[in-house]
Amino acid sequence: MNELPQQLVNGLLLGSMYGLVAIGYTMVYGIVQLINFAHGEIFMTGAFGALTVYLYVLPDGTTMWIALPLMLVGAVFVAVTVAVGAERFAYRPLRTAPRLAPLITAIGLSLALQQAVWAWYPNAKSARTFPQIEGGPFHIGSVTIQTGDIFLFLAAPISMAILAYFVMKTRTGRGMQATAQDPDTAKLMGINTDRIIVVAFALGAAFAAVGGLAYGLKYGQIDFRMGFILGLKAFTAAVLGGIGNIYGAMIGGVVLGLAETLATAYIADVPGMSQLGGQSWANVWAFVLLILVLLLRPQGLLGERVADRA
Amino acid sequence: MPGKGLLIVRQRSLIAITAALAAGALTLTACGSRDEDKGGSDAGGGGTTVVIGVDAPLTGDLSALGLGIKNSVDLAAKTANKEKTVPGVTFKVEAKDDQAQPSSGQANATTLVANKDVLGVVGPLNSSVAESMQKVFDDAKLLEISPANTNPALTQGTEWNGGTKARPYKSYFRTATTDAIQGPFAAQYVFNKAKKKKVFVIDDKKTYGAGLAATFTDEFKKLGGKIAGTEHIDPDTKDFSAVATKVKSSGADVVYYGGEYPQAGPLSKQIKAAGAKIPVVGGDGIYSADFIKLAGASGTGDLATSVGAPVEDLPSAKEFVANYKAAGYKEAFEAYGGYSYDSAWAIIEAVKKVVEDNDGKLPSDARAKVTAAAQNVSFDGVTGKVSFDEFGDATNKQLTVYSVEGGTWKAIESGTYTG
Repeated sequence: MNELPQQLVNGLLLGSMYGLVAIGYTMVYGIVQLINFAHGEIFMTGAFGALTVYLYVLPDGTTMWIALPLMLVGAVFVAVTVAVGAERFAYRPLRTAPRLAPLITAIGLSLALQQAVWAWYPNAKSARTFPQIEGGPFHIGSVTIQTGDIFLFLAAPISMAILAYFVMKTRTGRGMQATAQDPDTAKLMGINTDRIIVVAFALGAAFAAVGGLAYGLKYGQIDFRMGFILGLKAFTAAVLGGIGNIYGAMIGGVVLGLAETLATAYIADVPGMSQLGGQSWANVWAFVLLILVLLLRPQGLLGERVADRA
Repeated sequence: MPGKGLLIVRQRSLIAITAALAAGALTLTACGSRDEDKGGSDAGGGGTTVVIGVDAPLTGDLSALGLGIKNSVDLAAKTANKEKTVPGVTFKVEAKDDQAQPSSGQANATTLVANKDVLGVVGPLNSSVAESMQKVFDDAKLLEISPANTNPALTQGTEWNGGTKARPYKSYFRTATTDAIQGPFAAQYVFNKAKKKKVFVIDDKKTYGAGLAATFTDEFKKLGGKIAGTEHIDPDTKDFSAVATKVKSSGADVVYYGGEYPQAGPLSKQIKAAGAKIPVVGGDGIYSADFIKLAGASGTGDLATSVGAPVEDLPSAKEFVANYKAAGYKEAFEAYGGYSYDSAWAIIEAVKKVVEDNDGKLPSDARAKVTAAAQNVSFDGVTGKVSFDEFGDATNKQLTVYSVEGGTWKAIESGTYTG
């Protein structure tokens, strides 16, 4: 059986999830040059927000087709609230501090959010099961697509299109571009940069929340640590695609997802490489790819749109 | 060249980020041991206090098993205090969280050794953690009894498979059976009783998982079974779709997984979702209610072997189950509850022997004496007869196959593996 089409779909799905989270890293970096390491935990709180809506807001037995949009709203609401709160109380007081200060703050915040969910969310000390969409998998030729993956397949490109429209066409979006290029001049031109920064955090959080909901639907479980590794991968995707570039984040995510999946599936079949294949080596190959890309194109795959900042 | 300057700044900030990240990861693994029970020493009898240490993952994704261990040891200590098993001695429990990390385990071992009242330690859960703790305890001659470690090398040395068994540490004992027995036992069941001939073997590369998968594979091949493929997964991820697709295209009719339930649950689910409707078989590491929760409805028919006879069915265990319920612990005793209780009780018996031999008082070299006494303990515990052979392994070598049916683990058959 030829498993290549299936593996490509697996990689594309994994990559889309990385991309959704990577957008948050790249937008915040593009505007305030902060690596928001708590972003993985924003993704995690989004997933728990969706679960909360399903478990404690909706009546028992609501079908997923009605529950899903409300869970999305809940996920986005929780994630955006946490992100905006983090910006207001953790990052804004440090806006003029040396760069390492907000970075360490972000790592601290990441730990704090994990432990808060661990301590206070009911039964979150081990993984919690996430509601699943009814219905069997779909078969297209030799490719199987799970019902839970449909959401991710639709949500990723739609989110991307909305984001592109927002950044390119709306007044706030253009304000974001201006702030990214030169915050001081943007301020002189009458742009409220504080507001723009909040919007960047909120947008990034909203995409992470979509990713969090997709994660729950795909794997059927969420836990308080889910954001840590995934956040690191998404950050890698953002660097791979060119940090600061929103299209780069999505491309970087998909490339990373495909690289991991294909490395798992095929490296072991290369003669003499059987010891270096399999899933436990997938990360190694993904990072080999990252190093190669950064050696040849230090600005990432799509470069950086705001390179004239310096 | 302004462009170059920008680049250097970026590189530097990336280095800073990497350094900070490494620091973050270190903090994550090092922030254990918040469970120090200091208050509330009930001076029953006004005599000596003996502390039984516990080391297990009390947080993180293996905490379901770890908390079961902690509670069961606590129950043993309370029972001994209530029944005045050792006159003049009050037992206290000090639990440490190792987060399933060898580095945390070793730090905990050092802390426990430093506390002079600690005369025995129950734990850890993970074989890889045990490797980091054994020497620390042995140097202090402090008795360690694990309810759950199954890696043969811990008691029989790294050459155990080559015929030259040598016990590396005299202070290490276990009430659990080893993988040298558990893996082949599972292979025989899968090949002879379940009639599966093509297996796909997956492990998580940890001491426990890889060891179990290896002993299973050897026996399965010996029986004439075919290995359709092997794969090692990364325990930090939940995405096993690429592996699941490989399993499906391999044409295997059963999957053997060496590892623990946080990965085994999603793995089972994703293998079935990929279209391979074949059972996943694992060891005692997946024998947890959480496995069923994580594997979902498609996990029905999955199998696990676990050490000993089913705790709930043994007459000697009925009392334990009832007492555990009566004590009102929040968490279930899980797979290792009975073994943890027996481990703690073995320590209590050893202390009792030492105290009796010394006219009702603890001698000054209590630790060495207790460790020596543990070698000869023998009593009827929750899991059957508890005693240790010359390597510190349990003499009770019974195993049970369980299957997921109707949302719970059902015992299918018990037996002993005899070479």
